Amino acid sequence: MDNLVSQLFRTEFRKIVSVLTRTFGLSHIDIAEDIVADTFLLASETWGKKGYPDNPRAWLYTVAKNKTKDYLKRNSLLKKKIELDLKKEGISSELIEIEISNEIIKDSELRMMFAICHPSIPIESQTGLALRILFGFGIEEIADAFLTNKETINKRLHRAKEKLREEKIEFELPGEQDISQRLSSVYLILYLLFNEGYYSTSQNALIRKDICFQAMQLAYILTENEKTNTPELNALIALMCFHSSRFEARMRADEIILLEEQDNSKWDYHLIQTGEFYLNTSAKGKKISKYHLEAAIAYWHTQPNNLDSKWSTILNYYNLLLQLEYSPIIALNRTYAVYQTYGREKAIQEALKLNLNSHHQYHALLGTLYSNFDNALAIEHLSKACELSKSENEKRLIQNKIDKLKQEPN
Amino acid sequence: MMIFRMAPMGDFQPTPEQMQESIKHWQDWIGSIAAQGKFVSTNQLSFTGKTLKPGGVVTDGPYAEIKEIVGGYIIVKANDLDEALSLAQGCPILFVGGHVEVREVIQLNP
Repeated sequence: MDNLVSQLFRTEFRKIVSVLTRTFGLSHIDIAEDIVADTFLLASETWGKKGYPDNPRAWLYTVAKNKTKDYLKRNSLLKKKIELDLKKEGISSELIEIEISNEIIKDSELRMMFAICHPSIPIESQTGLALRILFGFGIEEIADAFLTNKETINKRLHRAKEKLREEKIEFELPGEQDISQRLSSVYLILYLLFNEGYYSTSQNALIRKDICFQAMQLAYILTENEKTNTPELNALIALMCFHSSRFEARMRADEIILLEEQDNSKWDYHLIQTGEFYLNTSAKGKKISKYHLEAAIAYWHTQPNNLDSKWSTILNYYNLLLQLEYSPIIALNRTYAVYQTYGREKAIQEALKLNLNSHHQYHALLGTLYSNFDNALAIEHLSKACELSKSENEKRLIQNKIDKLKQEPN
Repeated sequence: MMIFRMAPMGDFQPTPEQMQESIKHWQDWIGSIAAQGKFVSTNQLSFTGKTLKPGGVVTDGPYAEIKEIVGGYIIVKANDLDEALSLAQGCPILFVGGHVEVREVIQLNP
């Protein structure tokens, strides 16, 4: 595909599939997907031969609309069923009209987000389906992002679509009563996908960046509707901005550079400012969500190390975060904050209480805490970390540390 | 459940800095329990309150008559009382003359 087509695919695929799903219903989302894929294929061929149309976006919508009408002409059974459904809703349906306006597109996108992030679908399927429909990713790209093969992804998507049918999930915006719970599910998927892009061990840096970017785009869409624009969402966006600001600084060739070793001048300060704006906007209401706390931690990480209150503030946010939700990684990060706030001895004491012997990060942390204090113990823990780690890059990083320690006089 | 008890502090009013320091100690101690995945919930209790006695008699906080008051509680996950006791180590109430009562919670509807 040429550049413009692939660019439009990323931004318009989700929109057109969502609009067509209004007509076909979620149980026939496959048809909408196929029609849009065909439309882009035709665009690629036609534009390659004849050059770009005046308004490529409008061209796509018109072609998709016509293909939909043709499809329904050929499949009179499906057409009758759709007309019957419309009649039940009291809409006369002599001619199925496919309406496309900015409002309809925005509304359809929102409905699609709520449908895909429905709590009755397993999380794994939600993330796969979101990458496919909402992010416009190809099967191969999804497989690459999840470090698995195309077959697994195809099966996962198939199951997800089956679930959409089985659970009879409606293509609609949730009512007042469920909206806050349903929004939590949408935020969670955006958060998980962003993290997948940010922390994934996939070698493909472009795809990883793209996942983060698209997750942010969807989050921005949610700010445009007053029902979906909550303090929690603003905190989530702030978190994404602070993390993204370090994208360039944290990668060198194929390895990840730890925060404290990053070159600050490579941080994106514009994104940090945007993050600060959303963090301020998020400071409303009574609820402090995990996104608020994680965003606050990420914010403080952008502050200089010589700031007195930096680490004790970060420690406090980790304390609160763990009370909301326990996770081994957060527990380990908290212990690092204890180290920075209270020093080595207290941190080792706290680390030994964690009971995370099977985690390589636990041993890596103890390796750091014991370094230049009890090097024999440090090497022991680092070796254990090396043994348990599954990433070649990480093994190499840890091995470097071991080699360095072995050269030091103890 | 751990119940934090201490003698009423009378007219003692901590300075904002002392308050902050105290909150920090409590948060670090609770954070340490949460970092072990053993935290369930916690609440601090205010020093004001009323007491209802039989016969509909209501009195303001009974603190003048008793030697100690309950300042708050935390519920943790522990396999037995001994484990809960070891989690209670370092509780900030111990450093201001109070003590921690460790009790097992019995569920009413097993």
